[in-house]
Amino acid sequence: MSNFSAAERVAIARHEGRPGTADYIGALFTDFFEQRGDRQCREDASVLGGIALYHGKPVTVIGTRKGRNLEENIKFNFGMPGPEGYRKALRLMKQAEKFGRPVVTLIDTPGAYPGLEAEARGQGEAIARNLMEMSRLSVPVVAVVIGEGNSGGALALAVANTVLMLENAVYSILSPEGFASILWKDAARAPEACELMKLTAQDLLGFGVIDGIIPEPEGGAHLDPAAAMDAADRAISAALADLQRAATLTSYAAMRFKKFRAMGGGTADGN
Amino acid sequence: MINVFNQHVRHMLALKAMREGQVAPQEERIACPGCGAQIERKALLKNLYVCPACGHHFPIGAYLRLSLILDSGSFREMDAELASSDPLKFPGYAEKLEGVQEKTGLNEAVVTASGRIDGRKVAVGVLDSRFLMGSMSAVVGEKVTRLIEYSAKNRLPLILFAASGGARMQEGILSLMQMAKTSAALAKLDQKGVLYIAVLTDPTTGGVTASFASLGDVTLAEPGALIGFAGPRVIEQTIGQKLPEGFQRSEYLLEHGFVDQIVPRREMRAVLSQLLKLHA
Repeated sequence: MSNFSAAERVAIARHEGRPGTADYIGALFTDFFEQRGDRQCREDASVLGGIALYHGKPVTVIGTRKGRNLEENIKFNFGMPGPEGYRKALRLMKQAEKFGRPVVTLIDTPGAYPGLEAEARGQGEAIARNLMEMSRLSVPVVAVVIGEGNSGGALALAVANTVLMLENAVYSILSPEGFASILWKDAARAPEACELMKLTAQDLLGFGVIDGIIPEPEGGAHLDPAAAMDAADRAISAALADLQRAATLTSYAAMRFKKFRAMGGGTADGN
Repeated sequence: MINVFNQHVRHMLALKAMREGQVAPQEERIACPGCGAQIERKALLKNLYVCPACGHHFPIGAYLRLSLILDSGSFREMDAELASSDPLKFPGYAEKLEGVQEKTGLNEAVVTASGRIDGRKVAVGVLDSRFLMGSMSAVVGEKVTRLIEYSAKNRLPLILFAASGGARMQEGILSLMQMAKTSAALAKLDQKGVLYIAVLTDPTTGGVTASFASLGDVTLAEPGALIGFAGPRVIEQTIGQKLPEGFQRSEYLLEHGFVDQIVPRREMRAVLSQLLKLHA
């Protein structure tokens, strides 16, 4: 694996040539049927989701997407969903449960959108609801952090049985800029924050926050997107097969609960 | 001060609540952030830290809060000894924790307990904004989760008072994971058909808003509390405009459909009691 610093990985994770959700859906899935709208008030294009065949079997696939140019970025709100995006995602996941389809989520977001309308329509409630409902889905869920996964806005699609990360993807409480700004009132100290935040796939595997790392081509996924997506495909199908085997003994919801119940365990001292 | 509370408190809780009164600022007069009135300290205490002039609700400590809610002598604290072990070994964090622990007498930003309200047993947790802004550490998530599990196991109604600036930055991703952990525990409580009342107090923001604070069967808020996911400053920077008056306050959330009722501090115990009666 490459030996990049955390700040270098953040840069690679944000590289505009890096394959995004739409690329993965195009490369790994067939017969994709996009489903739009939250059935309450609007469609949020920063979340792309629908039904597709994955290795010949129906799945629900949902991801956050960034744009490749300004026009796309405005359309996709730079990959920052509002509550409608999370509610659409939940609608699709509940439907996957109804039809017994596995759920695959792809995460690449600077975070949930911090805007006036997002707040007015309950950004916090939408994320919270996803966390609660995802935790008890009766179908298997595999989440892959393909680029950057920041804040509750990423977690709202990542309460999964198996959480995978691309080798140079990052997953954290907040963007390094936001982190530096909150902690030191100085967003310019973001590179320093990167090193302290423990946001690389290697760090998170050590904490048990993720279950596996998907290797990237030398130098990063943007240098050979097809190879990166191929590696992701192998990891996702292996994860789904493993889960199916494990589910003969217990339920997907029970496995998922056990995994998240243990998060941050062993970080307390009784004094 | 004790005159106001002694009908509800005794023993440890009374002592702890009194101590909170003593660690509060010692000035004789305190300026109300709501209306600017100079309020005598004693008058403020007597009025449960609510401005007598404009009704502004000052944040209060966890033990004082519990003393206003629980029946006399019914308070039994849980997991009081749990404290953070600085999981990321974040520079300066251990010292910071030590300082706050000393200053507040708390080991962490949440107090969890069992107790009774008008004789009905409940599981109750209160976040304390004096402790690193009530931020969600791994220990806060663990204590809240244990409380939810206690509530589920014993089929006791759960009450959580939220007061939080959001994530505990120094615990990074492990702080984030507490959102999933507490929400998953609430899913189990929900499946068991046990009542959960969320009470939002000033401020309730970030990861706490985006997890357990937003998942109540019944959601109450104290008047004028700041409640939101993103903080107002971040939103202003993002959208490049000033936010309207009253944005993200309790009354705004009520209007937008995210709160059942706004309940003044003096009436909170009676409203909780009524809800327990309705779910008995």
